[in-house]
Amino acid sequence: MPKAGCYHGSVRIYLDYNATTPPLPEVIATVGRVMASTFGNPSSVHTFGQQAKGELDHARSAVAALIGAEPSEIVFTAGGTESDNLAIRGAAEALEPAGRKHLVTSGIEHEAVLNTMRALERRGWSVTTLPVDQSGVISPAALEAVIRKDTALVSVMHANNEIGTIQPIAELAAIARAHGAVMHTDAVQSVGKIPVSVKALGVDVLSLAGHKFGGPKGTGALWIRRGVRLSAHLTGGKQERNRRAGTENVPALAGLGAAARAAIETGLTAGLAIAAMRDRFEDSVLRSVAGTAINGDRDRRVPNTSNISFEGIEAESLLIALDLEGVAVSTGSACSSGSLEPSHVLRAMGLSQARGRNSLRFSLGATSTAEELDFVADVLPRLTARLRAIGRAPAAVR
Amino acid sequence: MRVVVAMSGGVDSSVAAALLVEQGHEVVGLSMQLYDQRDGRESFGSCCSLDDLADARRVAAALDFPHYIVNFEEQFQAKVVRNFVDEYAAGRTPIPCVHCNADLKFAHLVERASGLNAGAVATGHYARVLFDEDSRRYQLRRGADGDKDQSYFLFSLTQDQLAHAMFPVGTLTKPEVRRHAERLGLAVADKPDSHEICFIPDGKTGDFVDRHLPEHAEGDIVDSGGAVLGRHRGIHRYTVGQRKGLGVSSAAPLYVLRLEPVDQRVIVGPREELGQTDFRAAQVNWISGTAPSGPIRATARIRHRHTDAPATISPDGLGTVSVRFDTPQLAITPGQAAVFYDGDRVLGGGWIAR
Repeated sequence: MPKAGCYHGSVRIYLDYNATTPPLPEVIATVGRVMASTFGNPSSVHTFGQQAKGELDHARSAVAALIGAEPSEIVFTAGGTESDNLAIRGAAEALEPAGRKHLVTSGIEHEAVLNTMRALERRGWSVTTLPVDQSGVISPAALEAVIRKDTALVSVMHANNEIGTIQPIAELAAIARAHGAVMHTDAVQSVGKIPVSVKALGVDVLSLAGHKFGGPKGTGALWIRRGVRLSAHLTGGKQERNRRAGTENVPALAGLGAAARAAIETGLTAGLAIAAMRDRFEDSVLRSVAGTAINGDRDRRVPNTSNISFEGIEAESLLIALDLEGVAVSTGSACSSGSLEPSHVLRAMGLSQARGRNSLRFSLGATSTAEELDFVADVLPRLTARLRAIGRAPAAVR
Repeated sequence: MRVVVAMSGGVDSSVAAALLVEQGHEVVGLSMQLYDQRDGRESFGSCCSLDDLADARRVAAALDFPHYIVNFEEQFQAKVVRNFVDEYAAGRTPIPCVHCNADLKFAHLVERASGLNAGAVATGHYARVLFDEDSRRYQLRRGADGDKDQSYFLFSLTQDQLAHAMFPVGTLTKPEVRRHAERLGLAVADKPDSHEICFIPDGKTGDFVDRHLPEHAEGDIVDSGGAVLGRHRGIHRYTVGQRKGLGVSSAAPLYVLRLEPVDQRVIVGPREELGQTDFRAAQVNWISGTAPSGPIRATARIRHRHTDAPATISPDGLGTVSVRFDTPQLAITPGQAAVFYDGDRVLGGGWIAR
């Protein structure tokens, strides 16, 4: 049972799995083992190189299996952001000579996608941003309305990092395909949480990141359907089939493979239990704290994510108050200093600026327990009452 | 007691936090992000830049207390920067630090602190707060280091704000603060003091106001007799007492005597005309919470770097006062604060009106 109240030495409750996850024990063991025993360069011809290449192959097979793909279609990267960059810049540049200079994305994408789109827009591409409805879902009809014969790429995330909403990727992909555009999905927040099959989704390119499902930070992959052409953006050696130059981070990628195997074996069955805990937590908060509401679609979302707005409360203050109680949660996204900025996702959903500032994200994971969530549900009424009181009455004299 | 420390990343607030930790308080550090620093559009000189926030974080880590960066961009823009630009446009010379203290640190930060169940907010100011048993009132006093004293910037604090304020370095001198920083091994021990306005690191105030004020009229530079001596590029580029950069030639040095926003005129004259004895101050705050019933004798300070001089202060009952110095003082500047002292004790203060 977690202990309350004190900062030093108390048990901490981690409810920020969408930011990152603790590495799994088998991941830590694999990274250590490979780092200690297999230092060769996977591009080398000799035995040292072959051993390292073997570790990469093993990891590549596991990542491919996790998403129902072929190992030869997996390009290892240094994470979700790099995967998104390679997908978007790679497709945009590869299709430019064919006269396709139109890109489509949504207003609730991760900054890795949005800022890459903006960068291309400044360089002459035209970018259309799809709206989302109040629950954060993109309608296929909206894509149908804006897609053009010069559309090069449609990039829509599979699951949203802030509210967890799952997008109708298969329907969007069918529309993109019918217009000859490449369909990319940022699946960083869905891979490892729910079953993801590139065939079922019907996409051409898919991004994933290791540290979101128990793997090491700085690891990721881009799945590129065979036959889809992307321009490389890191140029150099011939690693990763000429799509990503530079000597591979073999120990970390072996760890990514271990995380993928763990997700295949256990991770996905845990989803139901996590969803049950999450739903019970939400019901409890909605009951015990007045002025609360769930943001996003309660049915069509990944099992671990809960985004709750607390009317009249600055989320930044509630986040700090919770951290001082040992509970780690998050709001939208952090800027370079580490302070918080208003959520572009909630704004895109048409929620008021005030509600955007009132919203906190609780994201659960493999180590979360019902006791932890009960503890959080118990402290929230006290913390929210205190935060609401400050706007109304002068503070007590010390 | 849980105490929130406003940490700028400088040596003073770092030592303030460290001393509170040593006194056994449960310290929570908060640093205010005041500008959008995502793509480095605005670079800061000395206070609250990304580097300073990182310094504050390192101090908190070294002393092992929690530290958070809170986003006050909107409030800073609305309460401090906007006011700063408007004041210059109106021909006054503002002091943004007072608004930052009163409207951010001791308003929003105190509110945040009480939401975090903290009993007080501490800063690295060189000033002291005492509770006077006789009057049952909090008193604001000068910092022990006469050269560093920052009580001038705190004149607008209310009794309720003072009740929740702590100034742990107020009883120390700057060299003593640096010695504490060295003793504690704080990385900021040798960090230079900040002087300029934090959001204008290059010191080019006129250019900053230009950027934020797309329309500004040019006008005449005239002498006190009304004779036109030259042209200027906007009255916001001038301050009372200024000698350099007037661009007019004359036998004796000329100083800016006053700014006339209605006619967009800059009035200049010789140094003798710069001295005045009388002025009015508005929006006066009395630290005790009660205005004196009649004229009082006190010393008055008309800018941070001014040695307060004897004066008679006459309240008019409407929140403004008339001030008469015993001897003329140079460059009494609208927009600056006039702060009244009885020895070490701050009686109150207000904004110098035209």
